[in-house]
Amino acid sequence: MYIHTRFNKSNFNLFQKFRNFDYLLLACILLLGFISLTTMYSTDGGKILFHTKSHFVKLIIFTTMMLIFSFINIKFWFSIGYLSYFLVIGLLVWTYLFGITSSGSQRWINLYFINLQPSELMKIFIILCLAKYFHRMKLEKVNSIYTILTSLIVIILPMGLVIVQPDLGTSLLIAISGIAVLWFAGINHKYFIYTMLGFIISLPFIIAFLKPYQKLRVLTFLNPDRDPLGAGYQIIQSKIAVGSGGIFGKGFLKGTQSYLEFLPEKHTDFIFTLFSEEFGFVGSFILLLIYAIIIYRILAIGATSRSYFAKIFCYSFGAAIFVYIAINMSMVLGLLPIVGSPLPIMSYGGSSMLATMIGFGIVMSAKVHSQQAIA
Amino acid sequence: MINSSSDNVTKLNSINRRMFITGSLKFAIMIGLVSRLFFLQVKENKKYLTLSDKNRIREWKLAPVRGEFHDYFGNIIAGNFEAYQLHIIPEEVEDFRYVIYRLKDLLELSEKEFKKVLKKKNEIKPWETLIISDNLNWNKFSKINNHLYDLNGVKPVISISRNYPFKENFTHVLGYVSQANKIDVENTEIIKKNFVPGLKVGKVGLEKSFEEKLIGSNDIERYEVNAYGRRISQLEYQKGEKGKTLRLTLDTKVQQLTNELLKDKAGSICVMDIYTGSIIAMHSSPSFDPNLFVFGISKDDWQLIRNNPMKPLVNKTLQGNYSPGSTIKPIVALSALENGIINPNFTVNCRGHKNPLEYYGQTYHCWKKQGHGFMNLRNAMKQSCDTYFYEIARKLGVDRLSETAKKFGLGERVFGNLFDIEKKGLVPNTQWKKNALGQSWVLGETIITGIGQGYIQTTPIQLCLMTAQIANGGYKIYPQIIVDDNKVHPNDKYTPLFNDPKNIKIVQDAMFSSTNEVRGTSYRSRIDNPKYQFAGKTGTAQVKKITERDRELDLKTFEIPYEERDHALYVAFGPYKNPRYALSVIVEHGGNGSTTAAPMAKKLFKLIIDQHKLRESINNKKYMDI
Repeated sequence: MYIHTRFNKSNFNLFQKFRNFDYLLLACILLLGFISLTTMYSTDGGKILFHTKSHFVKLIIFTTMMLIFSFINIKFWFSIGYLSYFLVIGLLVWTYLFGITSSGSQRWINLYFINLQPSELMKIFIILCLAKYFHRMKLEKVNSIYTILTSLIVIILPMGLVIVQPDLGTSLLIAISGIAVLWFAGINHKYFIYTMLGFIISLPFIIAFLKPYQKLRVLTFLNPDRDPLGAGYQIIQSKIAVGSGGIFGKGFLKGTQSYLEFLPEKHTDFIFTLFSEEFGFVGSFILLLIYAIIIYRILAIGATSRSYFAKIFCYSFGAAIFVYIAINMSMVLGLLPIVGSPLPIMSYGGSSMLATMIGFGIVMSAKVHSQQAIA
Repeated sequence: MINSSSDNVTKLNSINRRMFITGSLKFAIMIGLVSRLFFLQVKENKKYLTLSDKNRIREWKLAPVRGEFHDYFGNIIAGNFEAYQLHIIPEEVEDFRYVIYRLKDLLELSEKEFKKVLKKKNEIKPWETLIISDNLNWNKFSKINNHLYDLNGVKPVISISRNYPFKENFTHVLGYVSQANKIDVENTEIIKKNFVPGLKVGKVGLEKSFEEKLIGSNDIERYEVNAYGRRISQLEYQKGEKGKTLRLTLDTKVQQLTNELLKDKAGSICVMDIYTGSIIAMHSSPSFDPNLFVFGISKDDWQLIRNNPMKPLVNKTLQGNYSPGSTIKPIVALSALENGIINPNFTVNCRGHKNPLEYYGQTYHCWKKQGHGFMNLRNAMKQSCDTYFYEIARKLGVDRLSETAKKFGLGERVFGNLFDIEKKGLVPNTQWKKNALGQSWVLGETIITGIGQGYIQTTPIQLCLMTAQIANGGYKIYPQIIVDDNKVHPNDKYTPLFNDPKNIKIVQDAMFSSTNEVRGTSYRSRIDNPKYQFAGKTGTAQVKKITERDRELDLKTFEIPYEERDHALYVAFGPYKNPRYALSVIVEHGGNGSTTAAPMAKKLFKLIIDQHKLRESINNKKYMDI
């Protein structure tokens, strides 16, 4: 068979690689990058200031990086699965020991040219690691206690390292990324149901162990008006900003809520609020649509991938990205308590963008090398 | 790998199934997010838009311009002046330290004032206005303006503020304004509505009574602000309205004379039109300069006013409860006549201190040691014979006396609710004593009430009203201090307060004799020119009970300690032939009504009657304009 002969070539030529490229996904990512840049410009008050410049530079660097990653054979990503995981674990340990403390938590490490947040990278590399772990495993073995325990350790180890920073939000997102892999790997759904039930039952006890500020967030979520100028301020102002946007928004650079500094954290976690205020329901819907297309493409790439590793990775990454988006938006729209969770690509923050772009790079690599089998 | 084992197939089936499950879940959540967006942005848009505007638009109210007070002739007696102020917005100043020290030199601020400014600076936000000086004189203001090139960020501002050009002359009528405090804001709706920091409101007097009319309405500036309350841009400027200007019935010239007469004395003078009830002058002495309060009174000035033993803060005209002394005698006589107890020829023999009146072991002395001898009503009033009035008060009884006194305005607030500080005075009767003290009335109390001692208490304005109502032939009048063009005066609807007009005539004639006939108590203060001729009644109110020892010593006024000296009173009306004005004079611890109070009335009547023409001409002009 014609195709057959091509499969066994370990290296495709460059032209074919370009042809295999997912241009829709790339276009969406670039569009998203552009939107995030304009929004960042708006957060800077309609001037090209620090955030815009920095975001622009990062976008350029990380998009280029993603493109380069696309051309690297999926086999390479498979091979560094465990190594990268342990590398990031090492970084997390390093963070724990020598990290930079900022606003009460020790999350960053200084790499001279960039302050890196390893917990963000872990969101990707835990998927890579577990995808590799389950790649060749037989379905019967997947549900063995040994496997489950091992994978749980793989998840809990970074979670623990992130919780001590402390950063509950990111550690939960890491756990979700890992659990997504377990789900796609085929672990019996009973386990998921039991865990869920167990979680719900123990929720009151968990809440009892939460830090006071975390409890406050939960209480505030349940009733934002209990302290409108304190704990409830963010969520109330965010809802006002989104709600006042209306159908077509207040117009680019005309979002009064953010322009007049009523919005907190408008560069990072609450960037969607600003976007939504200025571009309204229509703009927000289009943004959601772009995200939906991106996720759809990721899933489609997974579906057409030949290797089980690529499939697991794409599905899990797609699910993880979706969860990040859903959690961020729900939080901003007052549907969830406030957890620090950035909106992929849109939010300002190098580490988060780096991790997302690495993910996209690997997905793209899976697409370019979709017929590549992994032994 | 191509030879897919059955395991691989099941694995693929499993993963694809699960992908489908998660995919559907994702889709559902997406729908959820979109509907939430729709709910917030489309359905609830209006609500959040309002909230957003509430967030970003803030109003700044500016102090309204207060209405003025004019006297009857249109002279401004409480106006507004342009206060020169210096404002700084600390944030806009590059080198605040330099500027503030430069200002300290230029304005010659004392160390204390300077510290106050620095303290204020620390209390406000950097973009809020810091008032360095709220009332600069022109010299300093122009000096600052000359140095402005050196004072970056300093703003010379001209602001409108209260001014009392006649200083202490009108203080007790007008009151004064000062910064609104918490209580003012809480208690008065209109102040709450118009409140801005630094708002001046009336604290006492008419300034307080007519707050609602005077206050005006704020200029309003609407600004877009950021989350920290900092102004970004002005959206709107809404001009407010100046408060209403009120014209008073007062005559500045007469008022100034009252001030002169009572200078360095404690007391009160009020002058009233006996037909319209218009107050011509109303003064309580000592007074103080209300301008001191406008920008906050200094501690030293305040101590000076507060610790003055003559009590400048008390409006004696309205708040001073005095025993009326002999000035009550016209009412006692009138009451006796009205009730048919006596006729004008009723005679009593006043036998002097050796043979005083005696009832139930109590003795009642006339003021005159030798006694007056046989007295009829006219003579008794003329010479103010106490024994005569003891006797008719005894015959009359306190209840009938109090009825007449109340009819003529005693024991009741003259201005109604206009002044919240006004006192009612006290007209006792048997019922009152039973209710208030739980004791029954004794005859002795009736007897001393007949000469205006004992329980009876009157305010100077009540005495003035009483005299005015006797002078106008015994008709009720309603004192007023504001010229209200809209109010129809019930000029032709006077209600008579008498049963027989003859009785009023008798009393008027008796009062005439007291001033204009030899042996009259105020004979020395008479004016013979019929144009100015007036009739009056002196009074000397005891502050303490006269003991036998005092009677023996018979000290002169200046020999008695100030606090124990008698109050000097005088009530009068004039011109006698065609009466138009009534007045009351009280000099606290002035000694004797005839020597202290009556001469003041003489000076007053000259001026009042001279002013009368002018007053009438204003009235006529008013009608000609129509």
